[in-house]
Amino acid sequence: MATNFGFSISKPRVIDVDTNNLKKSNEILAALPELQSCIGCGSCTASCTAGNLTSYNFRKVHTLVRRGEYAGAYEEMNKCMLCGKCRLLCPRGINTRRVVMLIKKCLGDF
Amino acid sequence: MSKRVVVVGGGISGMQTALSLKSLGFEPLILEQSRQLGGKVADWHLLFPSFTPAEEVTVPLIRAVRQNGILVRLGCKVVSIESRRVILCSGERIDCDAVVLCSGSTLFDATIKEEYGYGIYDNVYTSADIEKMMNNECVATASGAAPERIAILHCVGSRDEKVCQRHCSKVCCITGVKQAIELKKLFPKAEIFNFYMDIRMFGPGYEELYRQAQIDYNIHFVRGRISEASPLMDGRVQIKAEDTLTGRPLRMSVDMLVLMIGMRANDDNAFLSSSSGAELAPNGFFKSRNSFVDNVLSTKDGIFLAGTVSSPKTIGQSLNEATTVAHRVAEYLNYGN
Repeated sequence: MATNFGFSISKPRVIDVDTNNLKKSNEILAALPELQSCIGCGSCTASCTAGNLTSYNFRKVHTLVRRGEYAGAYEEMNKCMLCGKCRLLCPRGINTRRVVMLIKKCLGDF
Repeated sequence: MSKRVVVVGGGISGMQTALSLKSLGFEPLILEQSRQLGGKVADWHLLFPSFTPAEEVTVPLIRAVRQNGILVRLGCKVVSIESRRVILCSGERIDCDAVVLCSGSTLFDATIKEEYGYGIYDNVYTSADIEKMMNNECVATASGAAPERIAILHCVGSRDEKVCQRHCSKVCCITGVKQAIELKKLFPKAEIFNFYMDIRMFGPGYEELYRQAQIDYNIHFVRGRISEASPLMDGRVQIKAEDTLTGRPLRMSVDMLVLMIGMRANDDNAFLSSSSGAELAPNGFFKSRNSFVDNVLSTKDGIFLAGTVSSPKTIGQSLNEATTVAHRVAEYLNYGN
């Protein structure tokens, strides 16, 4: 019988690219190769309507998805209201709304 | 009799300097310490950002040097530069009217960064190794297999206080992008990750190539410096970094780790500076009189600089300086100062 010692072991925070399954990530990048050109400037997150009210960070979520970290990505993307301000600002011209929709479509059952 | 100008170094800057001096009516003499002309560019395969073969730069220059009857002495190491005199390690003294230092720079020795395991375990290479492997058409892992995952690490021996190299080596960012594309073309199925601190795409066509690498070749760019590499049982290499854009530590195993080594100042600069009186910058490269109108002049009259002897530079910038320096030498010799 398990004894409660009053502490638990934290899950490792490391992104392990060897064990992560990059299949979904590759599907998203194949559908929208321009997503790979993100330079992490943060314009999208700075302008984000949802991000000003919640902890939603679009840049971070899609970067994690590209590394194969899918947990919670779908739920996060649901916070997006598709206002499109980020798309107006993106210096790389990435169709950011398409990124939101692609992640929701590919990772909906995750 | 035309005036004699000693050009120290027979790389691309030295050859172009000599050619320009010759066309202005001077008598240049190239002193090269190795047994051949061409310098570092002779070891390179393709050049960024156009993927031009390096020999398209070196071969025409070497041919022009020969056709113009420029005096070249190979295997000559310069140990001292005095005003209007150069002394070789054989003790021979060569009198001249001016000296142009085109002695270039040294590639950073990656074994100093022990945490990356270069020279200690297999499958860790430098950017220069990759160029040689490309030239010999033998790019493969240590076991001879095609790599499935490759990590390219930028800024090895650049912007690093720990190895006394504070400066940015300028050309490694674009070299990392270029080699990523070349490797992807060779191994289309391989995943390629570039680890960087900053990506500095300063030249024409560089940013475009960076974008092309991302969109057309699906090269991954991770902002974060690899902190350590360790060998795995199967001979592959495990790397650790922080993915700073997500704020999470990251690790992966790779078949090849390629280190983008920087340019550092030649060790010889110290005694060439002390004998000549031309000052060095804090990073050990020769100091230009100023960065603007007198950038090819050293701090000592009669001693001139061209190419990477004064700071890391691209081939195009080095060749431009070589042409410029000839005109400044002409002004100096014809009109005095």
